[in-house]
Amino acid sequence: MQHFAYSRVATLADAINAMQQPDAMVIAGGTELLNWMKEGIAAPARLIDVNGIADLAQVTADDRGLRIGALARLSDVAEHPVVRTAYPAIAQALLASASPQIRNMATIGGNLMQRTRCPYFRAEVEVPCNKRRPGSGCAAMSGNDRTAAVLGATAQCIATHPSDLAVALAALDATVHVTGASGPRSIPLVSFYRQPDGTTERETRLDAGELITAIEVPASAVARQSRYLKLRERASYEFALVSVAVGLDVEEGRIRAASIALGGVAPKPWRLCATEDALQRVTLSDEAAVRKTLTADFADATPGRHNGFKVELAKRAVVRALQMAGEGA
Amino acid sequence: MSGIGQAVSRLDGPGKVSGRTLYIGDIPLDDVTYAVMVPATRPHARIRTIDLAAATAAPGVIGIFTHHNTPRFGRIDVPLSQPVMPLQDDRVLYEGQPVALVVADTLERATHAARLVAVAYDETPFDADFAADLSRTEVAPAFFGIPPDNAKGDVSAAWSAAEVQLEGVYRTADRHHSAMEPAATLAIWRDGELRIHDATQGVFDARACVAQALHLDPEQVRVSNTFIGGGFGGKGWGWPYQILAAMAARELGRPVKLVLTRAQTFTSHGYQAATHQTVALSAQRDGTLSSIRHDSIVAGSFAGDHVEGAGWDTHALYASPAFSTTHRLRRLHRGNPAAMRAPFGGVGLVAVEIAMDELAYKLGMDPLALRLKNHTDVDPSDGKPFSAKKLRACYEIGARRFGWSDRRAAPRSMRDGRELVGYGMSSLVLRAYRFAANARVSIDRDGAVRIETATQDVGQGLSTVIPQIAADALGVPVDRVSLVLGDTILPVAPFTGGSSATMSVGSAVQDAAVKLRERLIAAGANGPEGYAGALAALNVESLSADGTWAPADPEASPAIFSFGAVFAEVGVDEDIPIPRVRRIVGVYDAGKIMNPKTARSQMTGGVVWGIGQALLERSETDPRLGRFVSKNLAGYLVPVNADIPEINTTFVESFDPHASPLGARGIGELGALGVAPAIANAVFHATGVRVREVPIRPEHLLVG
Amino acid sequence: MRTSAPSQPGGGIAADDTVAISLHINGELRHVLTDRRATLLDTLRERLALTGTKKGCDRGECGACTVHIDGRRVLACLALAVMAEGREVITIEGVTPADGLHPVQASFIEHDALQCGYCTPGQVMSAIACIREGRATSDDEIREFMSGNLCRCSAYPQIVAAVRAAAAGA
Repeated sequence: MQHFAYSRVATLADAINAMQQPDAMVIAGGTELLNWMKEGIAAPARLIDVNGIADLAQVTADDRGLRIGALARLSDVAEHPVVRTAYPAIAQALLASASPQIRNMATIGGNLMQRTRCPYFRAEVEVPCNKRRPGSGCAAMSGNDRTAAVLGATAQCIATHPSDLAVALAALDATVHVTGASGPRSIPLVSFYRQPDGTTERETRLDAGELITAIEVPASAVARQSRYLKLRERASYEFALVSVAVGLDVEEGRIRAASIALGGVAPKPWRLCATEDALQRVTLSDEAAVRKTLTADFADATPGRHNGFKVELAKRAVVRALQMAGEGA
Repeated sequence: MSGIGQAVSRLDGPGKVSGRTLYIGDIPLDDVTYAVMVPATRPHARIRTIDLAAATAAPGVIGIFTHHNTPRFGRIDVPLSQPVMPLQDDRVLYEGQPVALVVADTLERATHAARLVAVAYDETPFDADFAADLSRTEVAPAFFGIPPDNAKGDVSAAWSAAEVQLEGVYRTADRHHSAMEPAATLAIWRDGELRIHDATQGVFDARACVAQALHLDPEQVRVSNTFIGGGFGGKGWGWPYQILAAMAARELGRPVKLVLTRAQTFTSHGYQAATHQTVALSAQRDGTLSSIRHDSIVAGSFAGDHVEGAGWDTHALYASPAFSTTHRLRRLHRGNPAAMRAPFGGVGLVAVEIAMDELAYKLGMDPLALRLKNHTDVDPSDGKPFSAKKLRACYEIGARRFGWSDRRAAPRSMRDGRELVGYGMSSLVLRAYRFAANARVSIDRDGAVRIETATQDVGQGLSTVIPQIAADALGVPVDRVSLVLGDTILPVAPFTGGSSATMSVGSAVQDAAVKLRERLIAAGANGPEGYAGALAALNVESLSADGTWAPADPEASPAIFSFGAVFAEVGVDEDIPIPRVRRIVGVYDAGKIMNPKTARSQMTGGVVWGIGQALLERSETDPRLGRFVSKNLAGYLVPVNADIPEINTTFVESFDPHASPLGARGIGELGALGVAPAIANAVFHATGVRVREVPIRPEHLLVG
Repeated sequence: MRTSAPSQPGGGIAADDTVAISLHINGELRHVLTDRRATLLDTLRERLALTGTKKGCDRGECGACTVHIDGRRVLACLALAVMAEGREVITIEGVTPADGLHPVQASFIEHDALQCGYCTPGQVMSAIACIREGRATSDDEIREFMSGNLCRCSAYPQIVAAVRAAAAGA
């Protein structure tokens, strides 16, 4: 690990100021950044410990929506009574994340800033990876692509985004609030993540020197009847092979509105917009009809050599998650 | 009394639950330095240059070793150790091979400096893709003294004449031991003597390797440990990191601590190598087998001669008049594999027992009935009787406990809601590996008994069972018995592996304790003062006796094998086919059980290993980079608590006097046998999809 | 609160990476020279002789280094020592009574919930927290909320039994 300077800040203003220094990075839970530093993926010159900014850890809710401070810990948000009842997909996604110990450390903001679990990116030595060293190539493409993306991949990168929470937030139309030297702004979660392009190492629309301060989720019938389904080979403590968050508004067995996002299949949480439109007025219990609505969104799937199964698995996961949300399960 | 057969709670429990037990990396030492290996990033190459400028200039660096300044090692010929040693020349034979060793005053500084070592390679063509060309193989060298090929009768004639034939190809994956404690060596050079604390499963083997490499007399080297944080075959014998730590301690004159990083554990002490096995069974219409052919192609290494003996025990399974087993080695530019719980049959049974299930369907027979039909009480290879075989009882008890008779024969015929439910079973067999061992037992006037033997405790329960054996022989409470182990200054004992320790070391301890008791009785211990009176009569403070045990000539012995039967129930969601094990029943025939409490835990642990083998454990490789892709515990999946359902294990006990004077055979690997094929067979029964490889993954079942 | 003398890292040295910090550990204020890059885990183990907390992966993938910070179970390998200043750290040494065992520790022995013992301190720290969190009300819940601690010897069913029994007695 490289040498670094370490400082603590107690206010957001101090944090923003400190972040304007070269090669500065924010540390909160530390559960991601420390691993990057150990593997040589990141080598900040300055670490700014923001854990002392108490008002960034608040979770508040009213009739209009939910506001989660960026420093709230995953375990606290998962246990929050309003999150559990009015935004169940969020609570379920959080409880399916990592382990109890890590959920006690990791923050909401840090969770959204996670980077891919692609084994080439995470390797203990550098192997060709455009995220890790721009221009070095993508070893996953010609190598073992079993966990790689089947939607939204590009010629630069086929990695998936690992956050469970981001998938739930994408389905529930959350907004990310950020602040930097030029003041606060907000970004819809669905456009917070970039698709890999020439700057594969930049994964979000967060600018240098900016910090996530909070997440807002609007209250809705869809959010109240939401569900997160995570598929993985190990029963716990594993990243998703495929995951899906759905929200439903159902009237007399027919879908009035549906909201669906997939995880584990794309470089970002993947909203199924065409499916959502096609599901309107479909009878939820008509499995064949539900299944048919998925065709358009998967038409552009680009399975590789070892991950083709994820296309079918994802389709089945969506159908199942819709059924579960409908059953209130 | 708390002697043999009693459910004594683990004597090493209090130290372990409180964190007071010292593993190698925990040993406090003044003036210690930290060594960190720099692994090769190429599978086959010559080192062109190593730039040490940045690393040398880094704060705290005490020494850096490369092939330019490392002393030439002596030739190592300890059986099963890796003969190819690093830092001797510019050749790289596997990714992860150490190419430099950095020693610094703190762990952080050593770790950082190691990253600053810049190595340039001239790459040479390599082959790290096991499946790419299965025609390039060689006849496997004899291993453990077991020849690669074994046959009896005319297999091809029996096959041609058979009413029913079944042939299939079965594959197992590369797997890693993944003990929770990364291997660690603490080496101290003082006054011409080398003191090594090492988490090795064999202190004498490690000593021999270090002594040979460093041109020392073995008497100049002492290797010890008290507890090992799990081994499973990965901490056996001799590996480069041990030699490097010892070398650095001598060269620098400072104590050196080398603890592998988790990533380095994937390339530093072996792994279970992938196999490609062909099984051909022929039978009469009534299920009577006429031939078994089992041909194994196993992945090997250019850096060593390990052979995954998948078919070694196949002949002992069923009463077939003709059988043939072969082993072909396909060497790759990867590190040398190693034995891993359960090696050999643990891999081979996957093929044979799935094939038996397939044959049962082909014959329209119940899978258990097919096994019973071919039961044998003699070793088909030489006609010798088995020493004490209770497999029929295992089948019967297992089937009853499991409720096998509730099984409907047809695939996809049982369900629970959305879950397809399947039942599957497997037989299992394990040859008894036994080795010569020695021990000393002493007693003092306070009645404190002390056992000394160089065996190693890898967590299997030895630190409880060995004192029980001595307590039993001497008729004293087990809490009066202490055990000193894992040290080359103690009476010689073998490496801990192959499920051999209780038979081998336990028998030597019993021999010593019985001799001690005889001496005490001869000195008047039957009097009211008991043993203390005998010691007083002898006018000594304490008395000891040396014991020894060695297995009898195998030619003169019956065939000594353990057996068992495993029954598995799985659930597979009808749409989302990720199999989950719902319960396992295992019934085992392993002779006399020393401690039912620790034995049950050991069997349970073995079953969990089988669940991992069946559904999770696969170390993915990248043939173009020649490396294991995920050298971590997030990418290499071992089971977690939530994966593990009810596991019901029991023993059909008997006293096997041929295996050991204790009547015991070994159980360390027994529980890990047969589980994966039982699960694979249950997955077929649940889904109707026959998967001929493990681990079974959703992509195998997402069909139709 | 007692205080102890600073302990030296191996070798002793100055340089910009060495930092003097004070940590509240097991009810004691400990002054220690460590490396700014050092994790809490390596500081406990290599500088404070608190080796009961084990290092299995150093990447947050095994749970062997579980300790409590401010009353919650966390992983010491994913925290920098400098970040732990001003917080209350409890390690396995801190939950073990001087003259006996914590009920969870006793339950682990009673139910044979350990073999090699390397993961055990982390399992015990996790189990104490799991019970305190109210997540030990059923076997399935225990399985899920103890899944952050790998046990390669695979004592999982016994761990569930030990936690269940300790929770019932808590």
